[in-house]
Amino acid sequence: MDNTFTPIEARKPPSSAIGPIAWMKESLFSSPVNTLLTVFFAYIIIRFIPPVLDWAFISANWVGTTQDECTKSGACWIFIKQWSGQLLYGSYPEELRWRVNLALIGLVAVVVMQFFLPQHLRRRVGWVSLLVYPLISIWLMYGGLGLETVSTDKWGGFSLNILLAFAGILMSLPIGIIWALGRQSQMPFVKVVCISSIELFRGVPLITILFMGSVMLPLFFPAGVQLDKLMRAFIAITLFQSAYMAEVIRGGLQAIPKGQVEAANSLGLGYWKTMRLIVLPQALKISIPNIVNTFIALFKDTTLVLIIGLFEILSTIQAALQNSNWLGGHHIEGYVFVAFVFWVFCYTMSRISVHIEQKLNTGHSRS
Amino acid sequence: MKKSVLFGLVTAAIFSTNVQADTLEDVKKAGMLKCGVSTGLAGFSQKDEKGNWSGLDVDVCRGVAAAVLGDASKVSYKPLTAKERFTALQSGEIDILSRNTTWTATRDTSLGLNFAGVVYYDGAGFMVNKKLGIDSALKLDGAAACIQAGTSTELAIADYFRENNMKYKVVTFETSDQTRSGFESGRCDFLVSDQSQLYSLRIGLKDPEGAVVLPEVISKEPLGPVVRQGDDKWFNIVKWSLNAMIEGEFQGVTSANADEMAKSGKPGQKRLLGSEGDLGEKLGLSADWAHQIIKQVGNYSESFERNVGMGSALKISRGLNAQWNKGGILYSPAMR
Repeated sequence: MDNTFTPIEARKPPSSAIGPIAWMKESLFSSPVNTLLTVFFAYIIIRFIPPVLDWAFISANWVGTTQDECTKSGACWIFIKQWSGQLLYGSYPEELRWRVNLALIGLVAVVVMQFFLPQHLRRRVGWVSLLVYPLISIWLMYGGLGLETVSTDKWGGFSLNILLAFAGILMSLPIGIIWALGRQSQMPFVKVVCISSIELFRGVPLITILFMGSVMLPLFFPAGVQLDKLMRAFIAITLFQSAYMAEVIRGGLQAIPKGQVEAANSLGLGYWKTMRLIVLPQALKISIPNIVNTFIALFKDTTLVLIIGLFEILSTIQAALQNSNWLGGHHIEGYVFVAFVFWVFCYTMSRISVHIEQKLNTGHSRS
Repeated sequence: MKKSVLFGLVTAAIFSTNVQADTLEDVKKAGMLKCGVSTGLAGFSQKDEKGNWSGLDVDVCRGVAAAVLGDASKVSYKPLTAKERFTALQSGEIDILSRNTTWTATRDTSLGLNFAGVVYYDGAGFMVNKKLGIDSALKLDGAAACIQAGTSTELAIADYFRENNMKYKVVTFETSDQTRSGFESGRCDFLVSDQSQLYSLRIGLKDPEGAVVLPEVISKEPLGPVVRQGDDKWFNIVKWSLNAMIEGEFQGVTSANADEMAKSGKPGQKRLLGSEGDLGEKLGLSADWAHQIIKQVGNYSESFERNVGMGSALKISRGLNAQWNKGGILYSPAMR
């Protein structure tokens, strides 16, 4: 007797619980309010998306070199195409732009190396590149030592935004750490100096600091002494960013249980050793999301240097709109392009931040 | 009040340190003229796709460079915003400020600066829709005006309408682009702005031919190059470089015929071009200083037409900026 048990085929769930109709019923029309919202957003999408797509792609102008060739009704991307050199590199001499490219590639390489090198090399390479890379990139950008000098008033475009943001974050990290430690110091003088500098620069808008640096500062120098305009902007950005960085790191420091410091003390470690080996590694690790956050904010803030006449990407667009050969009103194309470029970069950075967090996760995460 | 005292003190300090300064020597030593321009104003100082600067204001700098260094291309352009322009000049960051700056009594007397002449006589003007069929600003009674908020134009138009016992409504906008869109969408009957900018706003309209710029100019905005006070030698050089361009047009010397005129022109032309007389020596420059300006940059008319006039997209007519014997007020003092 063949008595083997064969299960009957499972019945499919009723069509009211599965499939597109059920999904729609569940997620889009589950209640009168939801239904209303669905209809409302569907209307918005149908009403606005096709015209935007039509403007940006279908009736856009792609081929040509002058404004007159923008004959179709959509976006005039020729404008962006023709100005792309200026938008990316500013007035940096065309035949030397490979130097900017090399500096940017180096930057990417330094970041990528931190992910793919074997663990034991990572730290050493990291420190070396942190110290060596900035020098190399400044040499590449500015010249000297066998390379043709390119004065900083020729620097511009999006590469200037990137440069200001990375240089700002690189300088503000050590200053921020020192200010944050100083703020918690037992020594009254150090404490007062650190607190007042943090509160001063954090309590003032970046625009004000930039204006001070560009309009007031030169008046206080003796005649004949000039500090490079880009340098002044850089110092202003660094001071501003350091104050924020100090507060971010203070948050990290305060999250470290006191027991860690006491344990270090009982092992006989001094202040600097405690900080370097025990407290800071943990504090910095938990601060990473916030550091990246302030970095993204800084990256977008670099467009503010347009108010002191530096040609970063946004002011290049504004200058391009004032060129008498391009007066046909290409504002929307210009600003959409800038927004797109910034979004791509900021989104990439936030993804990288998530990746770093996962890499450094040592199992203390509470979620 | 306190602020202005502080500012005055600071300015005075800068001013006093610059008394001994010899800008001409500095420029010659550097082999480069540092010229403050705007960050972008169509026809006056604008960048092109290759990063080269051009414009009427830029040509003043190129002219001075040609006169002093013999090469119009030896200019290092420093783009400046409106707020930082005077500081940049006072602190010595630039040698000459040529940035559509209006010559006013206050600026001339209180900033430790000198205006070296007028490159362009600007003033607030009107743009109206052609369909209205208006040919004079005096027929604008009761109309609505599109104005950019916070500009001196607002004051000028208020004065003008009050003087002529006319009424008007104001629609203000934050930026010049918004003002243009407002005009285009019919929120007002006419648009008020500086003449030089009216033309570039007009080009940006969807139908530029549908709008006309009225002939009236209702305020004084003489734009010119500025130098530091206390260096009269440099002040003279900038002043006469500009005059050489204006006189060049008056004498009929162009970039094309300058070489020829220097050899076989009339006495006045020869004196201007340096083949007779010693004007260059008296300025502390080479004899052919003006020759170089006109040959490399052009006379005033050439520069005007190329940058803002009929040879450019702006198509501004000469108007007030024509020579004094052709209906304008452009007049160079005697070149002798």
